[in-house]
Amino acid sequence: MEEVIIIGGGPAGMTAGIYACRAKLKTLMVEKLVPGGQVLSTDWVENYPGFPEGISGFDLVDRMRQQAERFGLSIVSDEVAGVDFSGSEKVIQGAGQTYRAKSVIIASGAMYKRLGVPGEERLTGRGVSYCATCDGPFYQGQEIAVVGGGDSAVQEAVYLTRFATKVYLIHRRDQLRATRVLQEKALANPKIEPIWKNVVESIEGADQVEALRIKNVDGSGGRTLEVQGAFIYVGIQPNTHWLQGAVSLDSQGFIPTDQNMATSIPGVFAAGDVRQKLVRQISTAVGDAATAVLAVEEYLSSL
Amino acid sequence: MADKNITDVTDENFKSEILDSTIPVLVDFWAAWCGPCRAIAPVVEELAAQYEGQVKIGKCNVDENPKTPGQYGIRAIPTLILFKNGTVAEQITGAVSKTTLENAIKKVV
Repeated sequence: MEEVIIIGGGPAGMTAGIYACRAKLKTLMVEKLVPGGQVLSTDWVENYPGFPEGISGFDLVDRMRQQAERFGLSIVSDEVAGVDFSGSEKVIQGAGQTYRAKSVIIASGAMYKRLGVPGEERLTGRGVSYCATCDGPFYQGQEIAVVGGGDSAVQEAVYLTRFATKVYLIHRRDQLRATRVLQEKALANPKIEPIWKNVVESIEGADQVEALRIKNVDGSGGRTLEVQGAFIYVGIQPNTHWLQGAVSLDSQGFIPTDQNMATSIPGVFAAGDVRQKLVRQISTAVGDAATAVLAVEEYLSSL
Repeated sequence: MADKNITDVTDENFKSEILDSTIPVLVDFWAAWCGPCRAIAPVVEELAAQYEGQVKIGKCNVDENPKTPGQYGIRAIPTLILFKNGTVAEQITGAVSKTTLENAIKKVV
């Protein structure tokens, strides 16, 4: 039996791995793909401290993984199908194997939200995308739209101007929510045209995206915007469905914790984007994880 | 790049390696600049070893091979296409888990 199992291998999970292994705790990480999480999709990270020139998302998480492995973190490639946190032994059911631990750190993160409009699912991969770094190059020389107004939408809109001839930035408010530096960069870019106080009603096209039906937030002014791609950045949703009520969640599915990352279940902690919190950044995920491991150590010594 | 278990798929060898294959083929369309593509690479390698002889696993670099992705309407990567007898049995877009890929494979073996 492990002393701690870390579920999820993004920045929070890997930081927890580094700290737990350095504390000589018997640790196992369960990650369903490859360590990295959402950061893998980001082309460039400029606000993580320690990188004056910035660093690519992939390189940053790859370094974290190397660091964790240096301290002996064991990572198993598996997906959690169910859990039982009711007893003092925490049971985690993988696809075929069962894992047991005295404590758990949930670092399963979040994933992009869909718009939930007609045509979106049908045309995903055929003009509708949630990953500019994956799909941007397919839109060389084309006109596209980015939907959203936060950091991701704005950053990726700028990234996409490397390929697209025009990027419409559709946001339902009359100003962007993104960090000021990103906003200024985007609005100064001649290829980016903001469309304020608008929402997407539907995504049109036979086999590929051909247009978006958009309208004002008050319902007026419906029109068709001819674009060949739509990149959606309208927020994130927590990866907590697999918990099936094992720990308390808030109304949006995020995990509420106290300031020491403790969830509603003793011995179960949460770190990173999966938590109910104000700010979701790599830097806060890392901070959560370090705290969670210290909390785990205290918990284990109280047993 | 290609493992001994994984076929390097190109515009030139697509017909002979994939369409003419007697066993089902899973083709992973990827590119170096795509983080999630690199994320699923180990999963694809695991499946190649696991299903050796039953399913052929191929990787197609979309930067080096522009023709083939266009033929299958691929405008997003990673995209994985399962071929059986030269036709598309299933097309999966995005970095999905090993379980999802394995379920798709199990349907064609």
